[in-house]
Amino acid sequence: MIYIAILIIMGVLLLATAIFAVTHRDLLFAVIATGIISLILSLFFYLLQAPDVALTEAAIGIALTTIIFVITIRNTTRDEDEIIDKKNEKL
Amino acid sequence: MKKVLVILLLAALGYFLAQTFLEIPLGENRIGDINAQKPTAAGYYLSNTKEKSKVANVVTAIVVNYRGLDTLGEVTVLFLATTGVASILYRRKEEEEEVERLNLPSSNIIRTGARVLFPAITLLGIYVFIHGHLTPGGGFQGGTIVATGFLLMLISYKGFNTNHNIMTWVESIAGLSFVLIGLWGLITDHTFLGNIPQIGELNKLLSGGLIPIIYIAVGFKVAVELTGILDILLKIKPKK
Repeated sequence: MIYIAILIIMGVLLLATAIFAVTHRDLLFAVIATGIISLILSLFFYLLQAPDVALTEAAIGIALTTIIFVITIRNTTRDEDEIIDKKNEKL
Repeated sequence: MKKVLVILLLAALGYFLAQTFLEIPLGENRIGDINAQKPTAAGYYLSNTKEKSKVANVVTAIVVNYRGLDTLGEVTVLFLATTGVASILYRRKEEEEEVERLNLPSSNIIRTGARVLFPAITLLGIYVFIHGHLTPGGGFQGGTIVATGFLLMLISYKGFNTNHNIMTWVESIAGLSFVLIGLWGLITDHTFLGNIPQIGELNKLLSGGLIPIIYIAVGFKVAVELTGILDILLKIKPKK
């Protein structure tokens, strides 16, 4: 019973973080949110008895992908509105 | 008009996906009886791996023994991805002098923490890929953990440089040894990656035939490739 309750709470948290990541205008916050999604997902995989998938998700999802996106933000721009404005200027 | 088309397409896609998923009974045992006369593929793997290939971790046995050729394909995908990133973003020697890696200064805490954690993370990664046939994990997982350790050093120390010559050699030797061992198995055992050494005893480090050797090669290859990608990405000059 507690097991199912933990799974449901984690699922709700996962959805909330995902919605935050999609809707937030500051891209750095969105990228950190995707990292947190990976953290919850790897816990999910561990609880659902797939420890090797949890290991992969932890290493790739939390560390490598987040860092690659942070490097991309550093080389481009952090504000999503700025990108949309530039697109509109070109059109 | 375009939006309506997109919504229609998504609706069709969702309909067919839902239809497929509704056919799968949720939470039911789909492996079947593993001692049955004609077991399913999953049941066959679960009941036969322990006796036939003497591997404690069934996932590893499936990835390297039963589906060895697919694993070669996976390794090739990662190799091609690294080659693509490197060929787009690689800088020649003359340009490299003016490039500064991540010009944010990292604090004392991060640097000390990285120095303490780096050996531990690397050791964990090496443990995961050497013990791939005994505990959860394997070459890919161990390799990514080692790459995470290198990432920590790369972002916290400006002077931490990776030697590209050594990395190229390690990657080539690891990839070649995978293919050559596989072909050797093809010649002697008539299957790609056929088990050549004595299979050994269950639950011992030296067991599982070729699995430890293949996974050590895959682990080195994955670690070196991911470290290479990160190193190249961190050397991009930010736009001012």
